[in-house]
Amino acid sequence: MDLWPWILLACAAAFLTKLSGYLVPAELLENPRMTRVAGALTIGLLAALATVNAFASGQALVVDARAAALLAATAALLLRAPFLVVVLAGAATAALARLAGLG
Amino acid sequence: MKSVSSPAVRIGLSISLATGIYGLSFGALSVASGLDLPQTVALSALMFTGGSQFAFIGVVGGGGTGAAAFGAATLLGVRNAVYGVQMNALLRPAGWRRAAAVQVTIDESAATASGQTDPDEQRRGFWTAGLGVFLLWNIFTVAGALLGNVLGDPRAWGLDGAAVAAFLALLWPRLRSREPVAIAIVCALATALAVPLAPPGVPILVAAVVAGVWGWFGHGPAREGLEPDMDPYGGHGGGAALRAPNPHGPGAGLRDGGH
Repeated sequence: MDLWPWILLACAAAFLTKLSGYLVPAELLENPRMTRVAGALTIGLLAALATVNAFASGQALVVDARAAALLAATAALLLRAPFLVVVLAGAATAALARLAGLG
Repeated sequence: MKSVSSPAVRIGLSISLATGIYGLSFGALSVASGLDLPQTVALSALMFTGGSQFAFIGVVGGGGTGAAAFGAATLLGVRNAVYGVQMNALLRPAGWRRAAAVQVTIDESAATASGQTDPDEQRRGFWTAGLGVFLLWNIFTVAGALLGNVLGDPRAWGLDGAAVAAFLALLWPRLRSREPVAIAIVCALATALAVPLAPPGVPILVAAVVAGVWGWFGHGPAREGLEPDMDPYGGHGGGAALRAPNPHGPGAGLRDGGH
């Protein structure tokens, strides 16, 4: 699958989204309903992406080394670790869990 | 914009460094998801909004189509339109500066600017954080992609676990009260339910619909979810206490019903 067209389209859409804030009358975008939708979208999409990346394998739901990474990342975030440390904790845990034979 | 004694410049520089460095993880994860180096660089230079970039490669890495990746990335970028309105009101950029301002309108630059009260400081904060993150994010993206290329099997290094951790870390600072937690849980469950029923990538868009409907009909505080990934004024993931004394912290204007 050639990804380039989708990459360039998505880049253009990202720029136009940002630009719309500068061009569209403020009342249209900066009202409580629009900011609530924008905020809820951000939260919902990130939660969905975390879920899919942790548990989806194609169209199956599985519990494997990535679930261990999710737990490790949660622990690191509870300890207020910076972003990169959280990511490294996830990677190290998944790698170790895999070495230990967990998917 | 040169003054190192300016608080906005100092904050902008530190947020640039902190955010730029995590471009390493984006670069490495992007090549692990199957994108090549030019594609990875294109996302960081042209898309330039971290959450959407992670969304794009996350969908592709999970076997989703380019169209689904486009949808997830674009919807995750919607919040940048709200930042655009705020930055336009604060900075009123004109001419070529406007195009540059548009491209560097992201979580970090918007938060750095709106955390200042003096218009000059707002301007310095926006440009320092915006251009600083842009420069470092792109440099570290290339470094991460090159690193990812030499690592070999991404699964042996746990890079799929790193992606999970990255999404959770992006979500975390936005979960400051009960409603966003509820949105996150409901959307995670909706996604999980949709995984066996729909092709890869589509379950993420199902969650977007659920979240959009929730936001449209919801009555919670208007700013939930619009906290920056890296809060320049509160530290990562725990800014509430530090932010409290600053009435003009990120998003304060809206929360107070201003504008």
